[in-house]
Amino acid sequence: MALLSIDQVTVAYDKVEAVRGVSLAIEPGQIVTVIGPNGAGKTTLLGAAIGLLPWRGRMSFDGIDLRRLDVEARIERGFCLVPETRELFGDLSVSDNLLLGGYSRRRDSAGLKQSLTDVYGRFPRLSERRDQKASTLSGGERQMLALGRALMVKPRLLMLDEPSLGLAPIIVREVFRIIASLRELGVSILLVEQNARAALETADFGYVLETGEIVHSGAASALMHDPRVTASYLGGHHDAGLEARGPKRMSGPGGPRSEEGELR
Amino acid sequence: MNGEIAAILAMDGIASGAIYVLIGLGLVLIFAVTRVIFVPFGDIAAFTALSLASLETGGRPGTVGLVAVLAILATAVEATALVRNRALHRLPRALLFYLVLPLVPAAAVWFAAGTTLSMPLRIVLSLALVLPIAPLLDRIVFRPIADASVLLLLTVAVALHFALSGLGLMFFGPEGVRTKPLTDTVFDVAGLIVNGQTLLILAASIAFCGLLFLYFEFTIQGKALRATAVNRIGARLVGIRPTSTGTIAYLLASLLAGISGVLIAPVTTIFYDSGFLLGLKAFVGAIIGAMVSYPVTALGAVMVGLLESYTSFWLSAYKEVLVFGLLIPVLLWRSLSFSGTEEEEAEE
Ligand SMILES: Nc1ncnc2c1ncn2[C@@H]1O[C@H](COP(=O)(O)OP(=O)(O)OP(=O)(O)O)[C@@H](O)[C@H]1O
Ligand SMILES: [Mg+2]
Repeated sequence: MALLSIDQVTVAYDKVEAVRGVSLAIEPGQIVTVIGPNGAGKTTLLGAAIGLLPWRGRMSFDGIDLRRLDVEARIERGFCLVPETRELFGDLSVSDNLLLGGYSRRRDSAGLKQSLTDVYGRFPRLSERRDQKASTLSGGERQMLALGRALMVKPRLLMLDEPSLGLAPIIVREVFRIIASLRELGVSILLVEQNARAALETADFGYVLETGEIVHSGAASALMHDPRVTASYLGGHHDAGLEARGPKRMSGPGGPRSEEGELR
Repeated sequence: MNGEIAAILAMDGIASGAIYVLIGLGLVLIFAVTRVIFVPFGDIAAFTALSLASLETGGRPGTVGLVAVLAILATAVEATALVRNRALHRLPRALLFYLVLPLVPAAAVWFAAGTTLSMPLRIVLSLALVLPIAPLLDRIVFRPIADASVLLLLTVAVALHFALSGLGLMFFGPEGVRTKPLTDTVFDVAGLIVNGQTLLILAASIAFCGLLFLYFEFTIQGKALRATAVNRIGARLVGIRPTSTGTIAYLLASLLAGISGVLIAPVTTIFYDSGFLLGLKAFVGAIIGAMVSYPVTALGAVMVGLLESYTSFWLSAYKEVLVFGLLIPVLLWRSLSFSGTEEEEAEE
């Protein structure tokens, strides 16, 4: 049985449907990626799945109808999201951010202590900065904190929205290494990325989302050699994958990335 | 004015300031966690004083009826919401939290009426009676509109104040009350007569500020409250329910307001509608703290107390005018720095 199953889901902002009839599934232990240009509806899809946006259709997590669970109940069951906007607690220290990441497990203090040690082991930088306010961290450190905070939930399924956004190449590589290593802990991952090459290299299965609809899907290795995908998302030359990306553009569709995609 | 009078006025000012501090901190706490400027907050203090006075004379405080009405309303609202969301399995829990628990102190008071209770027991009972009021009002009034703008929430809070004043008159009647002093001790500090009541007010205020600080710094629940205030979405994403932290904030703040009601009851005559002015003065302090800073709010509240004390000596007829006149420049100054912080946030 799929850990997360999304079936014919539509998400609308007022009248505009940003996601239309999307279906996808994630098996336990899998890394699944959703790639697509700016404004395709990737963030919208994750927002609906975690329960922050209203949606139509059917979704279930671990066999439970997601209509019955609010955001907090999803978290308690180990289904969590690192959003594109990170949503850290800026005024609180790094260690408090991590501690609160384990809020849903607050009665298991031994387990929490262990998780905290694990996170600090994984991100020594966070350990050095533990008494610093989260708002004073650099972009890369924030990203580590967002990941670390989500790991404190002890997730079974982790949804990551553009974890490589705005990071230097060396850190991007590190982030993808961590994502791959999470699989060994038995964490399933739904990875949303514009860094298509790196995402497909890491994932088992991939979906391509364009203007709210899934246009291609398949094993990640197959997608990587699918000419329709390589033309639009892998940008022809081979080493475009782990390149750094600059700060995010302002508007939705028609940003520099999708233009680049269409021109080639 | 000689030095001695100045010192006495300062003492008085700090004492009433200390009472505003407790109410002001509660206002900031509720606002930070729920974004509601809880206008009827002073009423919680006044209702505690009225309940205490009523228990003292062996009467049955109006709070019992008030809480019963609110508990029934809140239960009805919650039950309707559960039915609409087809979540009837949560009904027993809802009945426990919105009907049974709020009515436990009310029932205790109901049965204890007529018997003479000791002073500490009376204080504890009046606090327990008053604690459910704000969380119940939250459930009835604010939770259905939790995502509304701060302005709409404020407008509703003002309307709520008038509703609560009406209920206050109905349940407590128009008479003013004053309770027995908590202590008769008088101290002689460097030739200055200081009464024990004043010191008690100061000590209680400092103690509760300290407890609040410890709670925020060292407990996971306290940190969850801060997290909700800093980032509601972030809080939800780690499994913190803003509705739960909201209830905790209301309870905690009501405790602070209740304590201030107990402290002020022996020194000022309290009517069913005295809460409004208390709340408003505390609000001036909270505004000085920009509704976010606990320490600056505390300082602001003490300033209000001092200002009030000195103006009542020189120009007692204009006491309130001057205190609220202070609000205008502070509001102007603060609205400038408010818009500054908003721009900063938008840039992030
Ligand atoms: N709050 C909103 N209100 C109205 N429309 C929105 C809102 N958020 C997003 N949209 C629209 O929905 C569409 C999908 O947006 P979404 O953020 O999901 O795209 P995305 O695939 O995550 O893009 P990106 O790669 O740029 O992050 C866009 O056209 C966007 O303009
Ligand atoms: Mg996005």
